[in-house]
Amino acid sequence: SARVMPTQERKLFSSTLFHKIFKAHTSLSLKKCKGCLYKISTSMVEKGTSLLKMMEISVAEAEKRTGKNAVNMQETYTVYLIETRPVDAASEGTNPVPDSLWRRYSEFELLRNYLLVTYPFSVVPPLPEKRAEFVWHKLSADNMDPDFVERRRVGLENFLLRVASHPDLSSDKIFYSFLTEENGWKETVFETGFQAKADSRLKALNATFRVKNPDKRFAEMKHYGDELQSVISQLLRVRARAADRLYGVYKVHGNYGRVFSEWSAIEKEMGDGLQSAGHHMDAYAASVDDILEEEEHYADQLKEYLFYADALRAVCRKHELTQYELEMAAQDLTSKKQQREELATGTIRTFSLKGMTSKLFGQETPEQREAKVKMLETQIEEGEELVKERNTECEEFVKSAWVDIERFKEQKDHDLREALISYAIMQISMCKKGIQVWNNAKECFSKM
Amino acid sequence: MSGFVVDSTVSSGNSSVAIPTDISGQILDLDEDDDLEVFSKDTTVTDGSSFNASMQTSPASMINQYKFEEDAEDTKDIFVTVDNPESHVTAIETYITYRVVTKTTRSEFDSSEFEVRRRYQDFLWLKGRLEEAHPTLIVHPLPEKFVVKGMVERFNEDFIETRRRALHRFLNKIAEHPIFSSSEDFKIFLTAAPGELTSYKKQGPGFLSRMGETVKAVAAAVRGVRNRPQEFTEMQEYVEAFSQKISSLDKVTQRIVREQKEYLEELKECGPTYALWSQSEEELAEPLKDVAGCVDRCCKETEEQVKNLNDNLIPVLHEYALCTDTLKMRDDLDKAEDRLEWANNALKSDWTRWQKDMRTDLRSAFVDTAERNVNYYEKCLAVWESFLHSQRTDAEGNGNVDFS
Repeated sequence: SARVMPTQERKLFSSTLFHKIFKAHTSLSLKKCKGCLYKISTSMVEKGTSLLKMMEISVAEAEKRTGKNAVNMQETYTVYLIETRPVDAASEGTNPVPDSLWRRYSEFELLRNYLLVTYPFSVVPPLPEKRAEFVWHKLSADNMDPDFVERRRVGLENFLLRVASHPDLSSDKIFYSFLTEENGWKETVFETGFQAKADSRLKALNATFRVKNPDKRFAEMKHYGDELQSVISQLLRVRARAADRLYGVYKVHGNYGRVFSEWSAIEKEMGDGLQSAGHHMDAYAASVDDILEEEEHYADQLKEYLFYADALRAVCRKHELTQYELEMAAQDLTSKKQQREELATGTIRTFSLKGMTSKLFGQETPEQREAKVKMLETQIEEGEELVKERNTECEEFVKSAWVDIERFKEQKDHDLREALISYAIMQISMCKKGIQVWNNAKECFSKM
Repeated sequence: MSGFVVDSTVSSGNSSVAIPTDISGQILDLDEDDDLEVFSKDTTVTDGSSFNASMQTSPASMINQYKFEEDAEDTKDIFVTVDNPESHVTAIETYITYRVVTKTTRSEFDSSEFEVRRRYQDFLWLKGRLEEAHPTLIVHPLPEKFVVKGMVERFNEDFIETRRRALHRFLNKIAEHPIFSSSEDFKIFLTAAPGELTSYKKQGPGFLSRMGETVKAVAAAVRGVRNRPQEFTEMQEYVEAFSQKISSLDKVTQRIVREQKEYLEELKECGPTYALWSQSEEELAEPLKDVAGCVDRCCKETEEQVKNLNDNLIPVLHEYALCTDTLKMRDDLDKAEDRLEWANNALKSDWTRWQKDMRTDLRSAFVDTAERNVNYYEKCLAVWESFLHSQRTDAEGNGNVDFS
């Protein structure tokens, strides 16, 4: 596909990518790189997008604030610092201070809702989770927990990068002002009137309706979205439980450290060997913290696609709605045409109360019938316009949606493959650490 | 493999312990259901004609023999193996026998090779005899009759194998011990035909056990203020502390095994989930299937590792924990008369010997465990590296990603 960058350009592009920590790494190394891995998976963004060509975007920091909320009550919340910088500045070698503004999570949500309504045919990138889910015992489920805030910061940055690299979404004015205009942004969003559209859309989507001729491709996509969501949820659950258990295994080895140390105190010859072996056992027990922290990043990558599955399904549902509205309009038109025919030929094929009453209580006058026919003609004209409109709408939706779905598919395949590779790298790192510790311990034991 | 072995020996001679043939089997069996006892409660005295050869030497000459033997480590002249468990079914019970093979150049033995079959009871008997004869020396423990935790049935394969190894270790400790290995009971154990052993056993505790009883009685009677040798106090303190440590280690290791097993339970679900996912995907199907395979292989390795801990480290730790129980019980015996001075000396040497042995055993058990852990991680490493390699070759083939 024309959108995929050739290898050379990709290397170049990804090396100009900015994340502070990522700058220090050119390889897929994991050490001390919070969010690094996460970023690598999104580094293969498409070049042809306008916004990222012009500016660098990052969510640099997070801070706690307190203030009064809508009902005048004290609340504590977190704000995130969005930094932007023109691309040319960095490449020229100068390092100007970036423009920045603070936003809270709810503003990100507002932005996303706006995008959802305005670009119904796009698979809109998801936000990081609102509340911590799939936690294992050591992870906090508290939104104020610093680790959670940090992971959210990374997730929000990722969201902005995804939007900024999306062929349709990146050129949106509201998105641009989200990044650049601290004050009055909210008002601007509401002025677009998207809220009304959102409400009606929401109502329609929540209502149950059935499409007569479902588009097979979209039906399959929706089904895929369901499966993806289900299997990733399962994987996240299982992984979290396994992480919990692994934590236990490593930590219990810390007890070896303690007992060896105590034991070495009562031994003469064995003392030194035992003591140092004990230290290695302590190191082993401690090593699990880093291991599992890195695995959390992998879990975050999976989570992103868990939520993406939802976005995909949303597009399919919207398509269904569009299709349904078209079918309704067509149905309405057909019924009106039929009524006209009946009036013209005098045969009653469709039941109407008026028809029945006129049968029972006498025919209507020719003038009345004339009026009726005229009204129907107008309605039919309008109906035909509506059908044409809706048909176009539907066709355009299908076209745009399908393009974005294809783009999404490629992105997903690429990103998830990278995620699996990074998982393998993590396992390798864990094994290497294990080998080192136990070789050291073995040496100490043999000196006992 | 189950053979049908009929125990049809008849007791000869001693009317006081004559047991009719048809219920002899039963009486012996009753012991099997009791908990393992360290010291035998049987104090019936028979004619003094059968007494343990070990007591024929005077205390003084025993010390000499002891010292001499200490340097003779490299000239091992007796080799014992325990293998080949077989189950036997009789009308009354089912039990396991083990083959005991002895190869020796010692002159006391009539031949250089012996092969006999022994059951757990017989080992118990031997241990009891040795303890009676040498109440102040340390006899290596036997595996418990039933493993309490996590055991389902007496005769499952793993249990039999673990027991076999423990019995093998037990006999080897006896064979390596300067005093025990010259025990007549030991010799009979290694060489007697089933009928012979049964009748030998029936002779009951000999003169020696009376000796042992006397020692205990004297010790109990003379519980006065006595200057305990400094070393003795140290030893007892050490034993107390050591026994705590060793039983802690035993517990810690068992806890590790438990945690590993629970980890394994969860990990076992990961592979199938990746496999399930691969069914919905096209491009991703291959890598997902590969990851599923990797996770499954790591599961197998983890299972292996758990088994290793169970089979190797835990039994050794457990045996030394049992040892310390024995050691602690000897507290009474040190408050002794001068006539038991010899006991103190033999005790000291035995103690030194035991400590050395303990160090060697525990060291090799831990070194072994560490090695196996390294092995485990190396195998898992290989699994994931081969996955990475396959992804690299795919990727470079498609000109997608540079992994440098």
